[in-house]
Amino acid sequence: MTQKLVIIGAGMASGRAMEHLFEADRDAYDVTLFNAEPRGNYNRIMLSPVLSGDKTYDEIITHDDDWYAQNNVTCRFGEHVTSIDRDRKVVVGEKGEVPYDKLLIATGSAPFIIPVPGKDLPGVVAYRDLEDTNAMVEAAARGGKAVVIGGGLLGLEAAAGLALRGMDVTVVHLMGHLMERQLDEAAGYLLRRALEDKGIDVRCQASTAAIVGDGQVEGVLLQDDEMIPADLVVMAVGIRPETRLANDAGIEVERGITVSDQMATSDPDILAMGECVEHRGQLFGLVAPLYDQAKIVAKTLLGEEAAFVPKEVATKLKVTGCDLFSAGDFAEGEGRENVVFRDPARGVYKRLVIEGDRLIGAVFYGDTSDSSWFFGLIKGGEDISDMRDTLIFGPAFQGGEPLDPMAAVAALPDDAEICGCNGVSKGDIVAAINAGAGDLGAIRATTKASASCGTCTGLVEQVLGATLGDDFVIPAAKSVCGCTDLTHEDLRRLIKSRELKSQAAVWQELGWSTPDGCHVCRPAVNYYLLADWPLDYQDDPQSRFINERKHANIQKDGTYSVVPRMWGGMTTPDELRALADAAEKYDVPTVHVTGGQRIDLLGVRGEDLPDIWADLNAAGMVSGHAYAKGLRTVKTCVGKDHCRFGTQDSTGLGVQLEKHLWGSWTPHKVKLAVSGCPRNCAEATCKDIGVVCVDSGYQLGVAGAAGMDVKETERLADLTTEEEVIEYATAFMQLYRENAKYLDRPYKWVAKVGLDWVKEQVEDKATRKALCARFELSQSVYRTDPWAEHVAERADSYTPIANLMLEAAE
Amino acid sequence: MTDWIDIGALDDIAPRGARVVKTGHGCVAVFRTGTDEVFALDNACPHKQGPLAEGIVHGKTVTCPLHNWVFSLETGEAQGADEGRVTTYPARIESGRILLEASFLKSRGARAA
Ligand code: SRM
Ligand SMILES: Cc1cc2nc3c(=O)[nH]c(=O)nc-3n(C[C@H](O)[C@H](O)[C@H](O)COP(=O)(O)OP(=O)(O)OC[C@H]3O[C@@H](n4cnc5c(N)ncnc54)[C@H](O)[C@@H]3O)c2cc1C
Ligand code: SF4
Ligand code: FES
Repeated sequence: MTQKLVIIGAGMASGRAMEHLFEADRDAYDVTLFNAEPRGNYNRIMLSPVLSGDKTYDEIITHDDDWYAQNNVTCRFGEHVTSIDRDRKVVVGEKGEVPYDKLLIATGSAPFIIPVPGKDLPGVVAYRDLEDTNAMVEAAARGGKAVVIGGGLLGLEAAAGLALRGMDVTVVHLMGHLMERQLDEAAGYLLRRALEDKGIDVRCQASTAAIVGDGQVEGVLLQDDEMIPADLVVMAVGIRPETRLANDAGIEVERGITVSDQMATSDPDILAMGECVEHRGQLFGLVAPLYDQAKIVAKTLLGEEAAFVPKEVATKLKVTGCDLFSAGDFAEGEGRENVVFRDPARGVYKRLVIEGDRLIGAVFYGDTSDSSWFFGLIKGGEDISDMRDTLIFGPAFQGGEPLDPMAAVAALPDDAEICGCNGVSKGDIVAAINAGAGDLGAIRATTKASASCGTCTGLVEQVLGATLGDDFVIPAAKSVCGCTDLTHEDLRRLIKSRELKSQAAVWQELGWSTPDGCHVCRPAVNYYLLADWPLDYQDDPQSRFINERKHANIQKDGTYSVVPRMWGGMTTPDELRALADAAEKYDVPTVHVTGGQRIDLLGVRGEDLPDIWADLNAAGMVSGHAYAKGLRTVKTCVGKDHCRFGTQDSTGLGVQLEKHLWGSWTPHKVKLAVSGCPRNCAEATCKDIGVVCVDSGYQLGVAGAAGMDVKETERLADLTTEEEVIEYATAFMQLYRENAKYLDRPYKWVAKVGLDWVKEQVEDKATRKALCARFELSQSVYRTDPWAEHVAERADSYTPIANLMLEAAE
Repeated sequence: MTDWIDIGALDDIAPRGARVVKTGHGCVAVFRTGTDEVFALDNACPHKQGPLAEGIVHGKTVTCPLHNWVFSLETGEAQGADEGRVTTYPARIESGRILLEASFLKSRGARAA
């Protein structure tokens, strides 16, 4: 007969327990699930990405309505359980009772609120559930200052999220260094420095005396009488097991609800699991052991033998740019030895704690690439005496050079743990792949690896890559390339915030896994550096695709094309004569009128480039940048000088725009057009920036496209003077230069940030002027003709270094 | 005994760059890495003859400028998924000069014949 199971708490622990239970036997129990939160099970860990804006709530739901329906779970969400009546075997909810044969308590924990005056003021929040997260997001939208009390895992993730959302954040921490339970002082220091670099103010050894405010939080008063102003206070000082129901019901409770190895409480019909329990004196605060408990709970419920054995847990912080890892026991002690490796320049710190022949603890900061391997040694209790001398250098110590991440993963043993949350080993993943799981989604579905906090996603992908070889392409959308785990967005942000002004600084400070990048990341990094630091950083031709290095488009036969500028599509008999002469002189096989209103000489030999350019320069022509992620063409129509419908001087404005913008580098190419009237003969409404002249002035559109996608421009502004058009177009261009991901055309970028945001920036006079000023600063370096420069300075590099034809003939 | 031919100064090639040497049988690309090692390879990608000397040099590899195949400068092997091999020739640096082994010319001559 089907028994009745009541579960109190739809958290991370109970969600997993239900999965195991239903997998083993879907009909053993009729389940009723209570949850005080007005929703079902979700991935609580991922609240931090929700806070920082990387994820939405919908993306972190683990069990949806369909799932509950399919498994016959009666959901009582948004309903508190108020008591348990053990004599009658009923659970009392706010809206009524439910009888049980078995009861599972999985109430998690409650945030600890320090009992200071003002703790209940509006504007004080904890960090535990979606309501808290949303409250923070809303507060951040209003801007202002936030104080986070507590410098542990939760507090720092809250601080980083709020800082990313633009708040001025101060972390107030009681202890001497951050995350003191997981990190030693040195790693704590590096972490602090990294957070300070993100603009987060950190106060250690600071004790909160009171939270002050009149009807709303206004500040935090410290013990030493310092007052830190705050519009939002996040209390993240710790958690305590939620044991009230069990206490009231007379079940044995110590700090948490006491459970046996079978996860049973002192009442054999009542089980408990998760953060609310205490097992052999131990409390739990991370999900990995809870998932093990879930397996035991399912077995116990089905009457099978099983015993919970707590395992070592490792900690990672989900804050971009703060790579840290700690596991095991790293307290100083008799008979314990430390091995420490520091690379201050790279901000790397590694410490191993060895007792006898075993590794018992590890703390890494800055470089956590080998952490799974070390964690394996700690958990396995392996004898490390043979590799003691070189242990700190990790599994790849032989080479001395950082190992290619793919090779590092390939070298991991099968029992190496990849996903700490779910205890999934490399072997499990490989087995799943061999059984047909061919992508990340399938791996998540079958093994749960990377389905919780997600920090191991990159590793899982590498296992996929190492196992499937050619059949698996590691998704590019995530990180810039295989050399780093950072996304383009993170990379741009870090280059600005940490003031990284050279490629070397990027490789070192951001922990690139290759010595000098690859053909994917180097052009992007080169662009970001020159866009953000035009005066400090010098453009590196060796980090550009051949077209941009040689200022000409390479053809399939290794020859090049040469396209000089024809400003606004205008030319003269002299220019045409010079082009004709050059075409004849250098045996140019093809002369083509391009789609961008100018002339292309195709099939020029690489060695001839400096000469043909010199000839064109002599006739007053400059590079047309037809090869560049930069300003391309400005097409115009003949406008009011000739056309009977023309309203303004479209040609003149186009020429002015081109002369103002030319030479600038951008994330992807930028094309403009100016049409003299809405008949739009210059096709201005499908350009990156397009101007349509009307009687009353100028309609400035942006974010059009007519390549692989066709898209009409969106109106940025209606303007009345040519000066305004140039100013607005320049501001838009600079905003794009400073913010877009490399290789996103403006229309893709605008789709991501929203036209409204772009408008806000450009419409605000001070912001617009500042954008134009920064553009001008950059143009003081880049508004020059690269052809002339190459003719003068690097003509040599276009010729062979040696000609051995003669010797060979001998 | 090995004969070496001086083809030019190390400084004639930009770090992480390349120049070509013309020979009787096509060009040889001479690469200089970021750490000042030199390598000589045929200047023709086995895929569609892309000029490897125009590629981006990273670590001890070069990416072909036409379709992004990546080759080891040490072995000439295509990396990753792609299959193919570029012939490599002995090269070294002595007192700031780049030297190629003379016998490579003979082998190229032999193929030309
Ligand atoms: C020369 C030209 C064709 C022609 O003979 O008319 C041309 C030639 C090339 N185009 Fe184009 N495009 C040319 C006008 C266009 C236009 C029309 C226009 O600009 O009004 C478009 C559509 C408008 C647009 O960009 O939105 C156009 C959309 C593309 C695209 C697709 C871009 C996109 O975002 O979807 C590519 C591929 C890319 O850039 O990644 C491309 C890429 C190329 C490349 C650079 C391919 C390559 O990487 O080698 C071609 C180089 C040929 C060469 O060796 O010179 N070309 N290309 C035109 C040069 C205009 C100029 O004077 O600079
Ligand atoms: C922001 C954040 C980030 C975190 N990051 C990580 C991380 O990176 N790695 C990691 O391992 N762990 C992390 N954790 C910890 C992890 O989320 C917890 O260990 C885990 O959620 C505990 O699971 P649980 O099922 O025991 O409790 P919970 O997930 O808290 O679920 C308990 C549920 O019970 C409900 N409940 C309580 N009392 C009652 C009642 N009387 N009636 C009805 N319902 C009730 C609650 O509303 C709650 O929904 C993080 C936690 C937070 C808050
Ligand atoms: S459409 Fe553009 S990219 Fe395609 S073949 Fe023609 S010129 Fe080349
Ligand atoms: S020719 Fe080299 S990759 Fe295609």
